[in-house]
Amino acid sequence: MSKSGILKSSLAKKYAMALTGLFLCLFLVGHLAGNLQLIFITGAEGQQAFNEYAQFMTTFPLVKILSYLTYASVLFHVVDGIVLTMQNRNARPVGYVKENGAANAKWASRNMGILGTIILVFLVSHMQSFWYTMHFGEIPLHNGLKDLHSVVLQFFSPENALGLVAVIGYVLAQMAVAFHLSHGFQSGFQSLGVRHAKYTPIIEWTGMAFALLVPALFAIIPIFLYITQL
Amino acid sequence: MDLTLKVWRQNGPQDAGRMETYPVSGVSPDMSFLEMMDMMNDQIIRNGGDPVAFDHDCREGICGMCSMFINGEAHGPNRGTTTCQLHMRSFKDGDTITIEPWRASAFPVVKDLAVDRSSFDRVIQSGGYISVNTSGETLDANAIPVPKGQADDAFSAATCIGCGACVATCKNASAMLFVSAKVSQFALLPQGQPERATRVQRMVEQMDKEGFGNCTNTGACAVECPKGIDLSNIARMNRDYLSASAKEE
Amino acid sequence: MLESKIPSGPLAEKWTSHKDHINLVNPANKRLIDVIVVGTGLAGSSASASLAEMGYNVKAFCFQDSPRRAHSIAAQGGINAAKNYQNDGDSVYRLFYDTVKGGDYRSREANVHRLAEVSTSIIDQCVAQGVPFAREYGGLLDNRSFGGVQVSRTFYAKGQTGQQLLLGAYSALSRQISKGKVEMFTRHEMMDVVVVDGKCRGIIARNLITGELERHSAHAVVLASGGYGNVFFLSTNAMGSNVSAAWKAHKKGAYMANPCFTQIHPTCIPVSGEHQSKLTLMSESLRNDGRIWVPAKKEDAEAIRKGTKRATNIAEEDRDYYLERRYPAFGNLVPRDVASRAAKERCDAGFGVNETGEAVFLDYASAFLRYGKTEASIRGLSNPSEAEIIRLGKEVVKAKYGNLFDMYKQIAADDPYETPMKIYPAVHYTMGGLWVDYNLMTSVPGLYATGEANFSDHGANRLGASALMQGLADGYFVLPYTIGDYLSDDIRTGAISADSPEFEAAEKGVQDRIDQLVNNNGTIPVDDFHRRLGRIMWNECGMSRSEVGLKQAISDIRTLREEFFRDVRVPGSAGEFNPELDKAGRVADFLELGELMCKDALERSESCGGHFREEFRTPEGEALRDDENFAFVSAWEFTGDPSESNLHKEDLKFENIELKQRSYK
Repeated sequence: MSKSGILKSSLAKKYAMALTGLFLCLFLVGHLAGNLQLIFITGAEGQQAFNEYAQFMTTFPLVKILSYLTYASVLFHVVDGIVLTMQNRNARPVGYVKENGAANAKWASRNMGILGTIILVFLVSHMQSFWYTMHFGEIPLHNGLKDLHSVVLQFFSPENALGLVAVIGYVLAQMAVAFHLSHGFQSGFQSLGVRHAKYTPIIEWTGMAFALLVPALFAIIPIFLYITQL
Repeated sequence: MDLTLKVWRQNGPQDAGRMETYPVSGVSPDMSFLEMMDMMNDQIIRNGGDPVAFDHDCREGICGMCSMFINGEAHGPNRGTTTCQLHMRSFKDGDTITIEPWRASAFPVVKDLAVDRSSFDRVIQSGGYISVNTSGETLDANAIPVPKGQADDAFSAATCIGCGACVATCKNASAMLFVSAKVSQFALLPQGQPERATRVQRMVEQMDKEGFGNCTNTGACAVECPKGIDLSNIARMNRDYLSASAKEE
Repeated sequence: MLESKIPSGPLAEKWTSHKDHINLVNPANKRLIDVIVVGTGLAGSSASASLAEMGYNVKAFCFQDSPRRAHSIAAQGGINAAKNYQNDGDSVYRLFYDTVKGGDYRSREANVHRLAEVSTSIIDQCVAQGVPFAREYGGLLDNRSFGGVQVSRTFYAKGQTGQQLLLGAYSALSRQISKGKVEMFTRHEMMDVVVVDGKCRGIIARNLITGELERHSAHAVVLASGGYGNVFFLSTNAMGSNVSAAWKAHKKGAYMANPCFTQIHPTCIPVSGEHQSKLTLMSESLRNDGRIWVPAKKEDAEAIRKGTKRATNIAEEDRDYYLERRYPAFGNLVPRDVASRAAKERCDAGFGVNETGEAVFLDYASAFLRYGKTEASIRGLSNPSEAEIIRLGKEVVKAKYGNLFDMYKQIAADDPYETPMKIYPAVHYTMGGLWVDYNLMTSVPGLYATGEANFSDHGANRLGASALMQGLADGYFVLPYTIGDYLSDDIRTGAISADSPEFEAAEKGVQDRIDQLVNNNGTIPVDDFHRRLGRIMWNECGMSRSEVGLKQAISDIRTLREEFFRDVRVPGSAGEFNPELDKAGRVADFLELGELMCKDALERSESCGGHFREEFRTPEGEALRDDENFAFVSAWEFTGDPSESNLHKEDLKFENIELKQRSYK
């Protein structure tokens, strides 16, 4: 048997999918915590706090390492996902004339690739709007800090011609994230072999709660920003 | 009952194949699905045609030979049954029924609805056994007590009939449920421990080599499995493979 | 002429001493010897694995798409072994005695004793292979009891014992395939054996996918091709189970022994209509806890048949638990032949309980109560209601027999937890088969037969849970040793050529037969003939037989055979995957075998075991044996026409058991 089996077997790809996916779940929690400042601290105080936070996130070395890990995870998750999908296509070159997938599996579990693609498209546009602007774009200063707060508010503002489109797009993307997580969270544990009659229901429950709560909270932010700026 | 059957016809592995329609009348609700197929073939033969080839043998749900994808589901709409155990009372008069072979590159079509599942045999040959000679000169059977719960779980895993419904139904044509059932049976028994690590590695390697797809945990396999093989077997295999690979020198 | 080669010496020492004195082939020479094994059920898989382990080059053949699908897989109840784990006084001698008695004194003492001796090794072997037998809470193996015996010696894995044992043997076989010691030929059918200079030297096989004929040579050939119950069309056998391998061997000189000894299993799901293609067995283990009855009053039976009354409407005192009434000592656990005949007797007398009048009840109501009470007591429930007790009882029964109850529900569309099951006897097993000597060699040197394909161990009736035992005993522990005695002469022979005129002729014969079938300009499907043959066999050579009926059957079968070769339509060509052609070849052989079975039944003017001649019965209607004139094995030699077969008699000598009228009262 090949000793490099762990690197190229179908199971290894699943471990990588699971580990990167679960790591990205952690990332979501951190990202959400930062973003929530946008609704919980308002006015000038909020502007200052958020900009300090943004400054911290882009400069603190430990966070840097984490962010590189995140970029790597996203990249690996995407590439691995594409490879797996291609292999799975090859495993059934001739499809069924009639296939009743709904009879035996949830919709999300059967459409992880499509959901992932939607999320990827969102991610690119999302990073272009904020991450790119913050790192490389022209950004006004406020109290000596890059004023990301204003950029965000402006982006989801009724004054912005595409503000409403941005909000709707953001909410739709979060729905894709929700469905992706509804399968992905517990699937990650299953792929890593974590399954137990007593604890698996807890994992599944947590996964569903996570899949509902996290994207919902993310989605509330642009809605809140849009409405408060009306 | 009168039915319309849409059946996949394919002369051999090289033929492109096509769906053909056959009306069948006078079907009794007490017939098994295969008896209904017999009836259809009887009519075809009497009319000078070429009957539909399909695999079947024991007709009591245990040999694992019958293999039909009926109305979009492996072994048809009922749970916990093989095609031979599916009865026509599960259908209504006037129904149109679509019948296709298992679809997977690891299960090439032999003819019509019959496919070649020798890939499963090769997976078992790669390590699905305990290496003990058949001399009978082993320990007394009661020398190794096995906790009842563990023995029952091993039995449940061992009830797999190797029909391939898991592969047929999986959107990725993955064989994880089949392979993990055999891995689990031996992983749960004391007799299986000495080869536990090498067994799972060899069987996974062979599974990949046969061209089955990857598991994405949709769980469809366990729903369609006529023997109710559980997803916990797949988790156990994931675990065993990880630990075997980690310990490898 | 017929030499059984039973070793001399005391019964209990025959096998050990025989093994000690027969010739061996040394490991280096085994590599020079090829063995063909036809069939991959318990007897075939175990033999292939064992022979390959020993060093022989094995070629194994099966007609299914995988060796794991052989019909041994469908055996439900269990496997006997004289382990005495239950401390109920079991022993090798008791297993031997029960088997000879159960077989109605028509089996060979020495063979049966050997079977009982090696039975314990089977369990050890299977556990070592990882067969998940049922266990008790202490982690040790559990047992249950089966018909015809008074001890609990049956090991089991729920209702899927055959499956688990076969998968065990299949795993051993797979291991040898991976090592290259066994070359496996799936979807191959044996079409003929090849005899060169009086010795069996190979087979002609047909690749069922391409239709090509192949020649395979070897130093010896083992037929582990199963029984011929499908001659009845409706049986518990798999659709593909067939006699062809054994029949082709018979035509090449192997004697067919006791072909009329057929086992009709008492607990099968009754026939539901003309469309029926096979019958489903409900494990004999159900008779452990279920009670069999019919209404005591004819009017009740009629009302049930018409659907105006249900089983549950019949009061306790109006039920006839006929097995308990007739056989108080064994009750519902009488041997299969006795239980089957008793059911037929009640149904013939007009007490049957389904539309066709051919069914009796198998009732679990009292088992629900009994188990429920115990369970309530275990759980410490004081004064549980009857409904509560029944609910608990059903849970226990579900744990024990759940899969069988589910199976019944699927087929009969009736819930056996609520109303009693309906059952009726059906063809299940054939005790007869190729005649073999003590070494399992047929009358053709170098041609062996194991498992159900031979006749040797079950006499005129097989006890439950003994078929699995015999298949594995033959394959793991008997044949691998005895075959060495014969092959020791072949170490200098070298590879057998497949180009000899004998191979040429055999292949041509096969090709001619196939061409004849494919080019026949008939219009009637093969199944039509098979069904008609089955009806003749079931009516005249089934549960009861008579001289008049058998004579009529022979002439009917001959007519049917002529019709078959005139009117059958085999669609498609010879050079392709053609299941109808495979079936046609098998039915053609059944059409000859059926005639021989009837002839054998006609010749045996006595009743014994599964062979019940209406002319020979005791005043109480039990089978009346004639030990004076019929304590022999009928071994038939083919002469060109089944009816003209030559009878050879092997006298059965009983030195350790006294022949008695079998009584289960």
